[in-house]
Amino acid sequence: MAFEPDTAAASVVAGTAKPVGSGKHKRFLLALAGFVLTLAFTFLGLLAITFFIGRIVPIDPVLAVVGDRAPKAVYEAARIEMGLDRPLIVQFFNYIGSVLSGDLGTSVSTGKLVADDLKRVFPATLEMATIGIIVGVLLGVPMGVYAASRQGNLVDQAIRVVGLLGYAVPAFWLGLVGLAVFYARLKWVGGPGRVDIFYDGLVQPVTGLILIDSLIAGERDIFFNALWHLALPASVLGFFSLAYIARMTRSFMLDQLAQEYVTTARVKGVPERLVIWRHAFRPILVPLITVIGLSYAGLLEGSVMIETIFSWPGIGNYLTTALLNADMNAVLGSTLVIGAVFIGINKLSDVLYRVLDPRAR
Amino acid sequence: MSTPLLEIENLRVTFPTPRGDIDVVRGVSFTLGRERLGIVGESGSGKSMTGRSILKLIRAPGRVSADRLNFDGIDLRNRSERQMRAIRGARISMVMQDPKFSLNPVMTIGEQIAEALLTHKRLPRREVGERVLAMLESVRIADPERVAKLYPHEVSGGMGQRVMIAMMLIPEPDLLIADEPTSALDVSVQSQVLDIIDEQIKRKGMGLIFISHDLNLVSSYCDRILVMNTGEVVEECRAGELQNATHPYTRGLIASIPRLNETRDELPVLDRSAWASK
Amino acid sequence: MATSLRAWLVDDSPSSRLQARLGRAWRIAGALSRNPLAVVGTVIILALVLTAIFAPLLATHDPLKQDLTQRLLAPSAANWMGTDELGRDIWSRVVYGARITLVIVTMVAVLAAPAGLIIGALAGYFGGWPDRILMGITDIFLSLPKLILALALVAALGPGIENAVIAIAITTWPGYARIARAETLTFKNSEFIAAIRLQGASSLRVVLGHVLPLCTSSMIVRVTLDMAGIILTAAGLGFIGLGAQPPLPEWGAMIARGRSFILDQWWVATMPGFAIIVVSLGFCFLGDGLRDVLDPKSGEQH
Repeated sequence: MAFEPDTAAASVVAGTAKPVGSGKHKRFLLALAGFVLTLAFTFLGLLAITFFIGRIVPIDPVLAVVGDRAPKAVYEAARIEMGLDRPLIVQFFNYIGSVLSGDLGTSVSTGKLVADDLKRVFPATLEMATIGIIVGVLLGVPMGVYAASRQGNLVDQAIRVVGLLGYAVPAFWLGLVGLAVFYARLKWVGGPGRVDIFYDGLVQPVTGLILIDSLIAGERDIFFNALWHLALPASVLGFFSLAYIARMTRSFMLDQLAQEYVTTARVKGVPERLVIWRHAFRPILVPLITVIGLSYAGLLEGSVMIETIFSWPGIGNYLTTALLNADMNAVLGSTLVIGAVFIGINKLSDVLYRVLDPRAR
Repeated sequence: MSTPLLEIENLRVTFPTPRGDIDVVRGVSFTLGRERLGIVGESGSGKSMTGRSILKLIRAPGRVSADRLNFDGIDLRNRSERQMRAIRGARISMVMQDPKFSLNPVMTIGEQIAEALLTHKRLPRREVGERVLAMLESVRIADPERVAKLYPHEVSGGMGQRVMIAMMLIPEPDLLIADEPTSALDVSVQSQVLDIIDEQIKRKGMGLIFISHDLNLVSSYCDRILVMNTGEVVEECRAGELQNATHPYTRGLIASIPRLNETRDELPVLDRSAWASK
Repeated sequence: MATSLRAWLVDDSPSSRLQARLGRAWRIAGALSRNPLAVVGTVIILALVLTAIFAPLLATHDPLKQDLTQRLLAPSAANWMGTDELGRDIWSRVVYGARITLVIVTMVAVLAAPAGLIIGALAGYFGGWPDRILMGITDIFLSLPKLILALALVAALGPGIENAVIAIAITTWPGYARIARAETLTFKNSEFIAAIRLQGASSLRVVLGHVLPLCTSSMIVRVTLDMAGIILTAAGLGFIGLGAQPPLPEWGAMIARGRSFILDQWWVATMPGFAIIVVSLGFCFLGDGLRDVLDPKSGEQH
């Protein structure tokens, strides 16, 4: 469920968009303006929430700077210097200003700038989630299509149960059990970490994505070793993504197969395989993109839960470490970045929906 | 007329429900030559189900059974799904009610018509294109090159239905089932669409099953009429002899048709008690 | 007697409100009992509730009592699910953990559902600016990642069950507000609401007395379907160490403790995991079944 994006946006099923007549450009510009506006508001909301969370922390940020035994005068001076004597709204605008200029504060636990830390750890998460979503799409879409085309048979029932398991299994538990079975017992996959220890740090980070960096460096051994290590965590993420994608695909396909134009295709004598893939599947491609986008965003979020299990040096691991050390700058910075990426992907898939549907073109 | 085009005896369509099986078509029998047969009935009378069961396109869990279901000497009852596909489109095809729903929204009109042809014949690409355009022209579409590139939502209902007809007739079937082909259209384009169907039928010598709820329309358009009610055929007659209909349901239907040159205070409503008790 | 009771329940023209309500409940129960998954779900939830109530009877050991001579024992007749690293009986801990899980989901439902319901109904009923502001806030919350938000909130509030409940409730209410608003909009302009207004009922009375009750069935469906997610989030918080604190036998925290022993003493981490899966699945099954009965139009894409 940690991986379940809110499905409100995904429930936009094919057929809602209306044909556009004259004034296409004007409407497009209006839609664009509306989109930018809601995006801005959502980001503002995210900032307000992180700001608010930062204020309710029972830790006094001034004490953290000046120390417990600082004289009152020093304490007051520091407080004023940090802007904490100003009205909340001014503090909020200062906060927005510093976030926009890329200043997320310093991490107490690493002693470095949070922004730099995040830049370093984010690619690892991105890599894992990307492989995860690829697994999810490649397996989930055909599963959903197949289940819908054989509605009610045993395979369909099995796929439905897999879909529900995606709601019911804790990700961290699945990762743990996977590690015990596939790594420790069967030795099918690599263990924790992105590569074996003796490969660690051998590749010069260019993109931060080790699969790509190792290829750039021409290190095939490291590439395969990294893939070997990625296999399990990406599969765990892929499972949740495929459960969600298969369920949504199945439900979209059931809608489509009941459509009159699918009957038309059958009347024409079109073979069942083409009825399914050409007539029923093609119209759901667009809403499916939204679903995949949501699922991808969900995986970025969900990686938080399993990165600790796999000692994966990504943003999730960084966040959980920060949480345990009450390192609020790091916590809020990570929240902000994950939140922003999440919102970005969400809204982007929304826009793609509108752009790609031929009925809205 | 040697063997009839279509022979149906005791056709049943059954749907299982939690409260036991329900027959929506109950023992329908008729034969059809290369003529125009109208099936009339109110919604739920089983007329559409009759049409679809000829193509064996009743969705599961519905079942079709019949003592006889012969098309041009072929027993359709024991045809496999694969063998039925060779018949659908190529030999029997169906024009459906509303082009808004029956045309695929994400395929261009040209693609959809070409598909109907290519499903049954291997043809060079150029010839396909030419035949699609010729077909569109023959359903009185003035600008076929442009229309072929449009998506269904970009054309009007009347044009959509002409596209539908073109698509269903391009493989030159022997039997066309038209399931309420004009009900979703404006009155002004209805007769035009009917003319086109008529013209094509005559030119190619096809059989036509015309399904409608409009008794007037059917009696003026078809050669023969079946009246259906609650899954059964209650009346069968030549179109011209409709006034002599005997079944109370048919008489009731005829009586409730308004006429231009009459002054009735009240249109009679169907009184179902006359036959419902049987 | 049984048949006359049944006849009374399914009577088409109930003579009292009580009869109508009981009749409706009877029909819903009947429809549910025809859906095998919903039956399984109901049984699981009942089992959860009974386990929570009768935990002292079902547990074979004291869930908190440590016995270092009995550490990490494999499942056996004496310890059905084995023992953990402090020699505590895992079965008994899982049984008592049912109480914590039940408390968490109930508290979240009690906090979040009414909040969302009222906000959504007010926004939908009054429309205009209140609607725009309330729904703007709702949409912002909806587009934020829930788990991360809950984590950050708990980090700020401090670890513990109460704060975990608050954090999860803060992330779940917006979904309910959306539903309540949508439902309210469909009822708002209907004749019977107009009739009530003509009788001189105040806006508050219309919303509380007539609009809100109409939203309840879709709300019940949504809450039941959300339960699995709430359980997983709570377990996740426990796993990270931000939820229930030791020595409380919270399932997520138990998995976290079993992590170090996963390779040799697999049962320590796996057993509580099974408990989470079974209970979550139970809510999913029941929610799916309830949706088919109460809210069929919403389809699969809740």
